Amino acid sequence: MRTVFEYLKALQLEPFWQQLLAAAAVVVIAALVFVVALTIAGLLVVVERRVAGRVQSRIGPNRVGPLGLLQWLADGLKLIMKEDVIPAAADQPLFRLAPYLVMVGVFSAFASVPFGMYLIAADVNVGVLFILAITSLGTVGILMSGWASNNKWSLLGGIRSAAQIVSYEVPALLGALSPVLLAGTLQMSGTESEPGIVALQGGWPWQWFVFRNPCALGAFFVYFIAAVAEGNRTPFDLPEAESELVAGFNTEYSGMRFAGFFLAEFANVYLVSAVATTLFFGGWQVPGLSLAEQAGDPRWIILGLVIFVAKASIFCFVIVWLRWTLPRLRVDQLMGLCYRYLLPLGLLCLLGNAALVLVASEGSTVDWVLRLLTLVPAAAVLVLFFWRVSYHIRRVGDRVDLDLLARGVKGRFHPERHRHYGKLASPTGKGVTQ
Amino acid sequence: MKALDRYLLPVARSLVTIFDGLAVTFSYLFRRPITIQYPDRIEKPVADMLPERSRGILEVDLQICTGCSMCAKTCPIDCIKIEVQSEPTTKQRYLTRFDIDIGKCMFCGLCVEACPTGAIRHSHEFEGTTCDVRRLVLHFVESARPVAKPPKKGEEPASPPLGSIVRPLLGTAFDPYRPPKPVELPRPAAQAAPSETEGGNI
Repeated sequence: MRTVFEYLKALQLEPFWQQLLAAAAVVVIAALVFVVALTIAGLLVVVERRVAGRVQSRIGPNRVGPLGLLQWLADGLKLIMKEDVIPAAADQPLFRLAPYLVMVGVFSAFASVPFGMYLIAADVNVGVLFILAITSLGTVGILMSGWASNNKWSLLGGIRSAAQIVSYEVPALLGALSPVLLAGTLQMSGTESEPGIVALQGGWPWQWFVFRNPCALGAFFVYFIAAVAEGNRTPFDLPEAESELVAGFNTEYSGMRFAGFFLAEFANVYLVSAVATTLFFGGWQVPGLSLAEQAGDPRWIILGLVIFVAKASIFCFVIVWLRWTLPRLRVDQLMGLCYRYLLPLGLLCLLGNAALVLVASEGSTVDWVLRLLTLVPAAAVLVLFFWRVSYHIRRVGDRVDLDLLARGVKGRFHPERHRHYGKLASPTGKGVTQ
Repeated sequence: MKALDRYLLPVARSLVTIFDGLAVTFSYLFRRPITIQYPDRIEKPVADMLPERSRGILEVDLQICTGCSMCAKTCPIDCIKIEVQSEPTTKQRYLTRFDIDIGKCMFCGLCVEACPTGAIRHSHEFEGTTCDVRRLVLHFVESARPVAKPPKKGEEPASPPLGSIVRPLLGTAFDPYRPPKPVELPRPAAQAAPSETEGGNI
């Protein structure tokens, strides 16, 4: 944004035209951010349904477009064409306003998401604060929709949401403060001349803030769990617990207003992933290149964008995957997790980080030992995880399906190969051969 | 120490179980889905993939039907109608009607158990949609045919493949309804052929 303004200033037009162009640039960039966020949210809906399908041994939507990727457009069209019902006893103005507040809360936060070097709508110097503050606006919308629906389930959902978000804001902030401490700035992206959080990290994993020291790793987990809880995602989706509250705060909503809530939820998933990538996982940094080299060539900036989107997609996948693995928490368990476990852990990690920033200056031996102490166990856990995955596949004895992408292609599916599905491994432990 | 244990043990337990639970769900991404994409993305008709003893629409192999009407008697909802007429001069019995109303049939399989020769059986066909409810009555007898004698052990005629009898009768969903032609007994001159095997078989 600032780059655009400087460019406009350099044109040396009359003040009137300059201001008009600036206003037009603001509108265009805002629309661009909105469209990008909307597309991401839509695609995420499809990804969620596909992953849910595979986890449940189904296929998921694969008919609309290649691999079902256009399913979200079909769903969106359907929702637009549906009737917009407003209950007779509802508080009309608030009922109409609520979904827009939720959407504004999430989508305006996308303004400060650094998709790449210079590819950020507003790289303000309080970016982290802005994102954490503006996403809380969604709570107002949710509470408002719960109240205005004049429905006991909606109200309960709204109240739960308010309690949950107010509680989980605290550990989320504590988690996000650690990289701020390490970087010494609140700016999200930054350039070489005025470094932000991404610019102060590097491309390689040992240069990321997560693996700087064990406390930072802890802080990442605290932030991630709290942020998922803030986004009302399973296992923390108490405000819309469908088995208890019908659909929670959006019970009475239909048509486009419902789609608003829906897209806001999925945009929030991407936002959480993007913020986690930015704060902890090096954002758009290309491995092995200095900032000056990356700024010099647009191709590196595009590669940085790809790297950022890939990292954020991994976190999106993790959030989706968590949803289809874990059952929903009870209300008291939810609050217990926040106040009894995440809050102390978050404080501990913050204090530890503060101490380690003093003790281990960047590049010193202590610093490198700390990085090694974080990276090696993390890698070991990852290896252990994939070993467990392969163990579970071997135990049930199904063939590893490597042509994942070929699924859905006509004529590639062999149901008769399912004959041995569910058979336990043979006594020799070698699994069933087909 | 005990208090610390009480605080930390649940954390450790839940971490381990969540870790392994995630591994289980992740492993499913590398397995084949169980879904069969009926009806358009399958390699061969579903009827050929069904288990051997699944109960599809009933079909009758008239080659070995003795016309005993045991099936019609056992049927709890009377969806089978059988008529056998004797030719007055030769006393040869002819099957003139064998109708199964698959709109009523509940696929209980009692008729299949009662049949002494195995003439009535479940095919694996199940796609019997029609636009006319009258077409759900399947007429297996088109022209009068002499009832079969129970075959000797080892001399059973090879039965046609499963479903090959009923599939043409079901047709497609948009076939128009055609009322069945009245079945008439053949004239006495035409019944010479079936009578020649009559001596030895019983």
